[in-house]
Amino acid sequence: MDLDALILSRLQFAFTIAFHIIFPSFTIGLASFLAVLEGLWLATGNARFKALYLFWVKIFAISFGMGVVSGVVLSYQIGTNWSVFAAVTAPVIGPLLAFEVLTAFFLEASFLGVMLFGWKKVGPGLHFTSTVLVAVGTLISAFWIISANSWMQYPTGFETLPDGTLRTTSWMEVIFSPTFLERFAHMTLAAYLTTSLVVGAASAWRLLKGPEAESSIALRMAIGMFAIVAPLQLVVGDASGKRVMEVQPAKLAAIEAFWETRREQAFHIAAWPDRAIAGNRWELSIPKVGSWITAGSIDAEVKGLKDFAPGDRPPVFIVFWAFRIMVGLGVAMIGLGLWGAFLWWRGRLETSPLFLRCAVAMGPAGFVAVISGWVVAEVGRQPWVVTGVLRTADAVSPVTAGQVSTSLIAFMVVYAVIFSAGAVYILRLMAAGPAAADEPPDSHGRAPGSPLGAASGEDAP
Amino acid sequence: MTLDLPFIWAGIIALAVLMYVLLDGFDLGIGILFPFATPQERDVMMESVAPIWDGNETWLVLGGGGMLAAFPFAYGALMPALYGPILIMLLALILRGVAFEFRHHGRRRGKAFWTAAFVGGSLAATLAQGLALGGFIQGVTLAGKAFAGGPLDWLTPYSAVVAVGLVAGYALLGATWIVWRTEGELQAKARRWAWQSMAVTAALLAAVSLATLVVHPRVVARWGFGDGGFDLATLLPLTPIPLVGIAGLAIVAWGLGRRHHVTPFLGSYLVFFSGYLGLAVSFFPNIVPYDMTFRQAANADNALALMLVGVAILLPAILGYTVWVYWLFRGKVGTGAGYH
Repeated sequence: MDLDALILSRLQFAFTIAFHIIFPSFTIGLASFLAVLEGLWLATGNARFKALYLFWVKIFAISFGMGVVSGVVLSYQIGTNWSVFAAVTAPVIGPLLAFEVLTAFFLEASFLGVMLFGWKKVGPGLHFTSTVLVAVGTLISAFWIISANSWMQYPTGFETLPDGTLRTTSWMEVIFSPTFLERFAHMTLAAYLTTSLVVGAASAWRLLKGPEAESSIALRMAIGMFAIVAPLQLVVGDASGKRVMEVQPAKLAAIEAFWETRREQAFHIAAWPDRAIAGNRWELSIPKVGSWITAGSIDAEVKGLKDFAPGDRPPVFIVFWAFRIMVGLGVAMIGLGLWGAFLWWRGRLETSPLFLRCAVAMGPAGFVAVISGWVVAEVGRQPWVVTGVLRTADAVSPVTAGQVSTSLIAFMVVYAVIFSAGAVYILRLMAAGPAAADEPPDSHGRAPGSPLGAASGEDAP
Repeated sequence: MTLDLPFIWAGIIALAVLMYVLLDGFDLGIGILFPFATPQERDVMMESVAPIWDGNETWLVLGGGGMLAAFPFAYGALMPALYGPILIMLLALILRGVAFEFRHHGRRRGKAFWTAAFVGGSLAATLAQGLALGGFIQGVTLAGKAFAGGPLDWLTPYSAVVAVGLVAGYALLGATWIVWRTEGELQAKARRWAWQSMAVTAALLAAVSLATLVVHPRVVARWGFGDGGFDLATLLPLTPIPLVGIAGLAIVAWGLGRRHHVTPFLGSYLVFFSGYLGLAVSFFPNIVPYDMTFRQAANADNALALMLVGVAILLPAILGYTVWVYWLFRGKVGTGAGYH
């Protein structure tokens, strides 16, 4: 193993997983949204819910496909680039990854086909069931992957045998490791937030162009969602942070750029933490509040990074700022939710262009927050890939820098192409709006969500 | 009674890989045949697999993820050894996977681009799988349980022949699938494709079979050859394997000649089954040829036991709803009456 192959493998994994997480964080929420829309349509018979379903299912089909293909890459990359990690951790988290395939991937893939193409082949009840199964599948998938990742953050339920191999002693402690529940809730809420912000933005965009009944409904559903979920996320995120302080003190110290262990830690609003000087080059702080935010009391002693050997400290700058981007966006989401709820109550939603423009601007905020959050989680765990068990530097495959740099460039080119194309197709659909999708499911003899159905009327060059 | 967990798991992984080859093989084959079809026929061909391709490809994830979970040392040795072809395969599968949706959202130039991506991706994924398979059969250099060879060990004339052979084989699966699932002019065209790809498949299958005998002495010995002669007692029990392959080719030819719809597809499945068994026999019990057996590569027994419980419950359910989805989308795909 050479050092360059390690750096390049880390870059490649970071790039491919950051690209991948964009799609699940959108489709987890969107699948549930579609299930709700179809359920409402079946229950009320209101054709507008059907129009919204037909509209969003096309966007779902594009995003889900991109999520699937970029996800396959990750499971294989564990072997191609991180073979030592695979071999060392398989006795513990191997089954979790296998269960993800068995309980989620097949379910999603099979019933997605029915959902997109089975409109005329099955009755409404069975079609609705397929939509629900896809939505459930996305949540099961998130369950297993967060479970495996939480074990990597703070591993429990295993022993190390004399020859160095790991052996599971309690599957319950592995699957439900101490950080799991908060992190699973945090990620699921993040996905719902991300989706509701996108739905809100697309609806607001249409309403800026003129009145449209479907978009008014969808905007209200979106506001209802993020007005409730965004504040809830603050509570869950705080619980998750408290857990980090308990079990991953080095990560918490990096998040807050605490260097000394002390009571009455200052809260740094902004800072330039630098590992080279083991301190902050400058900081904008509120005295004593840091201890209160992290530990609930000004008098609480909170560990600083100097408690850890220099080789055991995570990169502080990235973690500190990624956390602030995530929280800053979260606060903006709460604000947007309160504002939207207020306008809704006053009956002025459609007549406030400023709010609609802000809702459009906040459309991508969920994605940025999710990626920032994962940067905090993963970079904050460094230099470990499994905290206290395996260092990232020891986990890499015996591959050469030439191989990894070639594949990394290839990923960048291919992902740039498919991301641009996918974004263009999704934005084009969003610009056309749900009314354009309001065609009977059997138009042109095609199923809704079938690419051919979606393309109808757009054949002009 | 104690279960032989590593042995059972070797069977499960083998089943997953076989399922993958049989199921994704025909939809990759459709991409390989795309250039020979008219634009209208391409839409029909793609439509015939659009609802099921995602499920088909999931068997690849089960093969890979299952091997990671059940035989982590094999996974940790094979993946770095086959780094090049695996990464090419993944990139190719991305391009062809998104093409299913993107092709229909693109306008004129976009559609042409994603059609090319579907063809190129299907072809490159197949070639990469063939190169990986060829590199695998040739054997992997190990130091202890880790890969210790060079980055291009998998690239040899032998693996190139395997790769081209796999392209012909997937084209045969794709062509016979189209014969089964379409009618009219496209079906007639697919019959010609099936004849042609069958001839190439047969020739290359024979070539690969013979070449495999010289690629490693262990394989030669397994089939009873060596030391200037051959051992009939070893060879004889294995003769049904090539015979199944020959029978498969005969069934394809007979079905095509009689203008049957399903028979050629089933015949091509027999051909693949025979090739698969032939390979499995050649290197069993090695899971990383020729220095790591499946027992040496196996995960801890409590991990295998937990997963076996999961598989016992979930795999029948997966097979059940997979069959149901195939049943749901049975019958001939529209022959272009739907548009224009």
